[in-house]
Amino acid sequence: MTTDPYAATEAPSYGTTQGKVYTVTGQDWDQLVAGVAEDHEDKIVVNMGPQHPSTHGVLRLILELEGETVTEARCGIGYLHTGIEKNMEFRSWVQGVTFCTRMDYLSPFYNEATYCLGVERLLDIEDQIPEKAQVMRVLLMELNRISSHLVCIATGGMEIGALTVMTIGFRERELVLDLFELITGLRMNHAFIRPGGVAQDMPPGALDQIRDFVLLMKKRLPEYAALCNANPIFKARLVDVGHLDLAGCLALGISGPPLRATGYPWDLRKSEPYSGYEDYDFDVCTWDTADAYGRFRIRLDEMWQSLRIVEQAVDRLADLEGAPVMIGDKKIAWPSQLSIGSDGMGNSTDHIKHIMGESMEALIHHFKLVTEGFKVPAGQAYVPIESPRGELGAHVVSDGGTRPFRAHFRDPSFTNLQATSVMSEGGMIADVIVAIASIDPVMGGVDR
Amino acid sequence: MSDEEKVSTGLDQPTTTDVTPGGDVQPTGLAPAEKIGERQGMFGVQGTGDTSGYGGLHRQVDMPGASNPPYGGWMDEVATALAESAKAGALDSAVEKVVVHRGEITFFIRREDLLAMVKLLRDEEKLRFEFCSGVSGVHYPDDAGRELHAVYHLLSMTHNRRIRLEVTAPDADPHVPSVCATYPTADWHERETFDFFGIIFDGHPALTRIEMPDDWPGHPQRKDYPLGGIPVEYKGATIPPPDHRRSYN
Repeated sequence: MTTDPYAATEAPSYGTTQGKVYTVTGQDWDQLVAGVAEDHEDKIVVNMGPQHPSTHGVLRLILELEGETVTEARCGIGYLHTGIEKNMEFRSWVQGVTFCTRMDYLSPFYNEATYCLGVERLLDIEDQIPEKAQVMRVLLMELNRISSHLVCIATGGMEIGALTVMTIGFRERELVLDLFELITGLRMNHAFIRPGGVAQDMPPGALDQIRDFVLLMKKRLPEYAALCNANPIFKARLVDVGHLDLAGCLALGISGPPLRATGYPWDLRKSEPYSGYEDYDFDVCTWDTADAYGRFRIRLDEMWQSLRIVEQAVDRLADLEGAPVMIGDKKIAWPSQLSIGSDGMGNSTDHIKHIMGESMEALIHHFKLVTEGFKVPAGQAYVPIESPRGELGAHVVSDGGTRPFRAHFRDPSFTNLQATSVMSEGGMIADVIVAIASIDPVMGGVDR
Repeated sequence: MSDEEKVSTGLDQPTTTDVTPGGDVQPTGLAPAEKIGERQGMFGVQGTGDTSGYGGLHRQVDMPGASNPPYGGWMDEVATALAESAKAGALDSAVEKVVVHRGEITFFIRREDLLAMVKLLRDEEKLRFEFCSGVSGVHYPDDAGRELHAVYHLLSMTHNRRIRLEVTAPDADPHVPSVCATYPTADWHERETFDFFGIIFDGHPALTRIEMPDDWPGHPQRKDYPLGGIPVEYKGATIPPPDHRRSYN
């Protein structure tokens, strides 16, 4: 007779040297609670996750509880470790983009951008990036900030039972993903920002669609405010939860909305502008409560600021019709061109005709750049950017070869997650969820 | 290029990694590059069997070498303030060298002095590097005696400046003091660097693996740790795993 190892069982419990262990698999809850109450007068340790729906992916929380009060909280991470950094050492510099875009899957453009900015600094081509590529990067990053904040607000709402916030959040995010699909061909994992520029020009009609989207968002964003901002239940769950002041943020290296929620207007787009952010008109949003509610309000406000930047970027792109989107240096620029054919997106037939029929040199050039890639002078660079979650930076090291010698990503989710203990210890177990949701960790970025 | 920086290496090939083209922030002459390794041949072929004709190729791997002051702009202020406060704390020899490259400044710190130096960097009024962006390990297997590097990115929000600290340790003695007491944020970063590179951060409150399973053997991001992978067959052709594919030295 075989037993099904995955079948739900009757409250299995077994003893260890540390005490009795209960596995919760969906059995009769009353029985379990009765059993636990009998054996444990005081403390129990609860393993929450890694498959708990409200732990934002595969995060494991180890909570020591006294009643409903959390006395100690620790995170177990690593369940989504994919070795992206190691893998990048075995691919060319351009291929690296394809890997790092997958890390923090809610903000793929930021991963690509910080990596490309590092590579460009090592190549010493920072001032040769065409203006249109810069504007497109800013446009995509700001659209991405909107979609990322929407997911944060949506899942954060879902976790406290505000399901409407979830459904409208994902509804709007879908609109942003449609724009991404239109511009890059993919909803996520774009690998669109490349060293030297971006992969492709804007498709026809994209600017109009973005303008329509901005108009629509201006109608829809007030819905979030109306639903949440003054909602007594929402506020009861968020206000004064997950408190972390400025000193705590600096000590723990916390950046992004949690830092700005302490009232400190730190934003890398203003303090160390990259990709031409100094040319855009926008404000840094702050709040002064240093709690989960403040972080929520900051994200809401930042979406408005992102819309402002998107509008300015669209206006600039309208004047840049036909301008190059890739660096002029043919030893770095990705040679291949894509176009839409009858069967979808593929290699541009003009480019194929050129390399296969017209120019042997162009073929050799294409082949060398695609297989071997370009060499990057030895050295190291770190160009951090302001991702939706805070300071995201790539420490890029080159040994002068065609592959990264080392690429390390300082992911804000990873760093910010360290605040779990200080934000939730001493509070109620239900507040742990809110506190973690308020730092918006994305496990793909945490574990890489 | 001037006189003595062309260190004779016995190689007749030019270095392909000359790292200081014009327009760089490098202020005073070209720093002698620091050799960290050597590559031979092409396409990753080792030993016999190389019929490519490229087997005789040599390439010296050079990292940007030490720079001399003035470094330019605010970097001099930081370097001077750091030197002054180090002197006051009897840490004169703490900074091994300073590298300015691509507008970023790197201080190489002796590992014995790291703790005192980060405390100075955080607390001194003229320095105020109150934000540590993290720790990143780099493994240079050919840099004899300095194989493991721990790299710290520090940010001064007060002055809006960024610097990089680099500490080295030999493979045989992979110990670096933990900066957790000064920068609590380094906790997980140091655990990660330990996990992936085997650098032991002395004084860390709980130096355990963080990304890999607790019982994992080895430290995966070291250069001597294989990437792994299996050949993939597609329509009769076999594609080797990434670390066995052709590479370009």
